[in-house]
Amino acid sequence: MCLAIPGKIIKISQDQGTVDLGGISQEVSLTFIPQVTLGDWVLIHTGFAINIISESDALQTIELLQAVYAK
Amino acid sequence: MLNNSFQDPGLSHKILNQISEYKKELRIMEVCGSHTMAIGKWALRKLLPPNIQLISGPGCPVCVTPVSYIDALISLKSLTITVFGDLLRLPGSLTTLETARAQGLDVRLVFSPLDALKIAQKQETVFAGIGFETTTPGIAHTIRLAQENNITNFSVLPAFKLIPPALKYLLLADDVEIDAFLLPGHVSAIIGSNAYSFLPAQFDTSGVISGFEPLDILLAIKMIIDILESGKNAIENEYQRVVSPSGNLQAQNIMNQVLYPRDACWRGLGIIPASGLAIKPEFSRFDATQKYDLDISYYEPPSPCRCADILKGKILPPQCPLFADSCSPAHPIGPCMVSSEGSCAAYYKYER
Repeated sequence: MCLAIPGKIIKISQDQGTVDLGGISQEVSLTFIPQVTLGDWVLIHTGFAINIISESDALQTIELLQAVYAK
Repeated sequence: MLNNSFQDPGLSHKILNQISEYKKELRIMEVCGSHTMAIGKWALRKLLPPNIQLISGPGCPVCVTPVSYIDALISLKSLTITVFGDLLRLPGSLTTLETARAQGLDVRLVFSPLDALKIAQKQETVFAGIGFETTTPGIAHTIRLAQENNITNFSVLPAFKLIPPALKYLLLADDVEIDAFLLPGHVSAIIGSNAYSFLPAQFDTSGVISGFEPLDILLAIKMIIDILESGKNAIENEYQRVVSPSGNLQAQNIMNQVLYPRDACWRGLGIIPASGLAIKPEFSRFDATQKYDLDISYYEPPSPCRCADILKGKILPPQCPLFADSCSPAHPIGPCMVSSEGSCAAYYKYER
């Protein structure tokens, strides 16, 4: 039930936004992430963006994984 | 897409090799239905060595919603009832919302509580407020919008549940054996990793917050092993791309503005202190419990279904006598078979 899907912000109008979900666009509420900017990846759950996905943190985890395990 | 990087089979294999070096018995409980589904989908249980057991706890808010809640919704004959799809087939004491709808009850599936608010602009509408911390802020925000826009046709029947009190309950129960928790990614996106600091401090128990890709889960298990081997309990966060130490403060603020903690009934577990959220008095006109004088008391109908033991991790779904026999996703008897993210439904789909 806590399923959340990632989407990319393509439009912002106050606390409402539009996300691109792999070709499909959908309206979402941005009320929980006022700091969002165009092009951010966000996690969407029941019509609300619940957080911004940090690309740098994701890359850091991947780098860490590769450094430790990809030997 | 970044998520693909977390599905690398070569890396998964290497982490699995390291996990396999750990020879002690280890029981890790996941308390998130999406983890249960991911573990099944990627066959992680089969890939892990037999000494490492992944057990599924109460990770699905639909599965722990009491019978009386469904009965209360079905009693609202003259209204429009709006629900998330998962709830439709959850058995009440006599019937389900799906059957009641076939008999004429106006039940509508919505994607978001905001959709329910739109319907309420035209007719008297109640929204089934089911969810953990991931879902609850959106519903609290919708209640606040109803207040601001004076949409008096709208109300919410609350059955919100909180994860940290449920973890406490499981650790205090005599009959539950858990060595560590795989902590939920999206609940934690809201409440933050600091919300679990009571686990090592009060219960000498560790946990790692995990994402939902196979590498996320395997890495989180490896992190749990490293914590246990260090001999010092801790909470760590594998899902840093989404979860911060303090969580989403805006979402927490909205929850705190509209809702307050209260004891809650968990189907199969009983009443857990301060494990739910009720609607504050200043928003009471949007509280369906008060608006329609509904009673949601704790009641478990007698049944051979063993969902209660499954929710506590005492048995696995195939050990229930009803599993894949009289109980299946098409004809669910117990709540864990109803939602696609229930433990029994996940086992039915992936591990039979």
